[in-house]
Amino acid sequence: MSPKAKDVLLDPIFNKNPIGLQILGICSALAVTSKLETVLVMCLAVIFVICGSNVSVSLIRRQVPSSIRIIVQITIIATLVIIVDQFLKAYAFSISKQLSVFVGLIITNCIVLGRAEGFAMKNPPDLSFLDGLGNGLGYSLVLILVGFCRELFGAGKLLGITILPNVSDGGWYLPNGLMLLPPSAFFIIGLLIWLLRSWKTDQVEKEN
Amino acid sequence: MEHYLSLFMKAVFVENMALAFFLGMCTFLAVSKKVDTALGLGIAVIVVQTITVPANNLVYQYLLKEDALAWAGLSGTDLTFIGLICYIGLIAAIVQVLEMVLDRYIPALYNSLGIFLPLITVNCAILGGSLFMVERDYSFSESVIFGFGSGAGWALALVALAGIREKMKYADVPPGLRGLGITFMIAGLMAMAFMAFSGIQL
Repeated sequence: MSPKAKDVLLDPIFNKNPIGLQILGICSALAVTSKLETVLVMCLAVIFVICGSNVSVSLIRRQVPSSIRIIVQITIIATLVIIVDQFLKAYAFSISKQLSVFVGLIITNCIVLGRAEGFAMKNPPDLSFLDGLGNGLGYSLVLILVGFCRELFGAGKLLGITILPNVSDGGWYLPNGLMLLPPSAFFIIGLLIWLLRSWKTDQVEKEN
Repeated sequence: MEHYLSLFMKAVFVENMALAFFLGMCTFLAVSKKVDTALGLGIAVIVVQTITVPANNLVYQYLLKEDALAWAGLSGTDLTFIGLICYIGLIAAIVQVLEMVLDRYIPALYNSLGIFLPLITVNCAILGGSLFMVERDYSFSESVIFGFGSGAGWALALVALAGIREKMKYADVPPGLRGLGITFMIAGLMAMAFMAFSGIQL
């Protein structure tokens, strides 16, 4: 793999994490993370859509007039999301019910449109694919960390398997109910960003 | 009447788009540095939401829903699977038309909202509003109230966050937490405050 391709793939995971640095795609990052199972499904869906849209947009980048490029991109993304949505409804109906509208909202996930517009319009399909994969993985990393914390400390379980036995079932762990509620997602992501920026200090924002 | 009032209050406070469902977060965090700009974007979202949710409701009821094409003599149709592409297309079109109408007839408003309108097409709160409307099967009048209420709730949260962030410049925040990190913390605290509304019935 050429060094450039490696950079394209690995940069978005730590150095330019879409959630941690670019404030993209946060909506779904918070809403689906109360359980690890839904997180994994959501990550796979986003990786599929972002790779697919990057490759398709990159393939037609010379043919599309720039005045209508946004609508073309949105149409491609929406088509891919419909495929994912129908697939989930057919093969994983209970998870698709839990994710409710958030599968549809992948269309307006800023990461997907942002990468299509910012990267795929200027680069060949193979690099665009790697860029999509890298950004998808960077997004998944944050989501999985948040989902892990929320399910482990909120319910004492991971993927539905008990890790910390609850007091109500005769164990010792008293679940932290706050972890299952929406505000905890904000705190966990805030702390993750703090951690990331203490490690990579060049990402710290300047005081204004 | 009571039903509508209850729906409105629920959309604004209990099921706040930004703080309970995390919709429109990207713009919520990016455009909340100043109260004036937050107010401009908030008003734009209310306007667009009040128009697009009922419009998508009509599309859903008369074109996409099962047997919805009965008025055209077609029975047994079910086009709900192309819903997503229709809603986002309609939203993009309405935003574009709104931009042109404002530019032509109310230039003052266009100048103050101008830069925010294109942003709104990719705001998940707008698409989310339409998807919730479909999922909960609202009637046309309910969708008008829900559209206005959810837009207003989002705007309220945005302006409140901008107000807090303006005061934050007097605080001494640890370097790693500065900017985005502390904004997440504030939003989390606000979400906790809004949770106090849950369970309220009118």
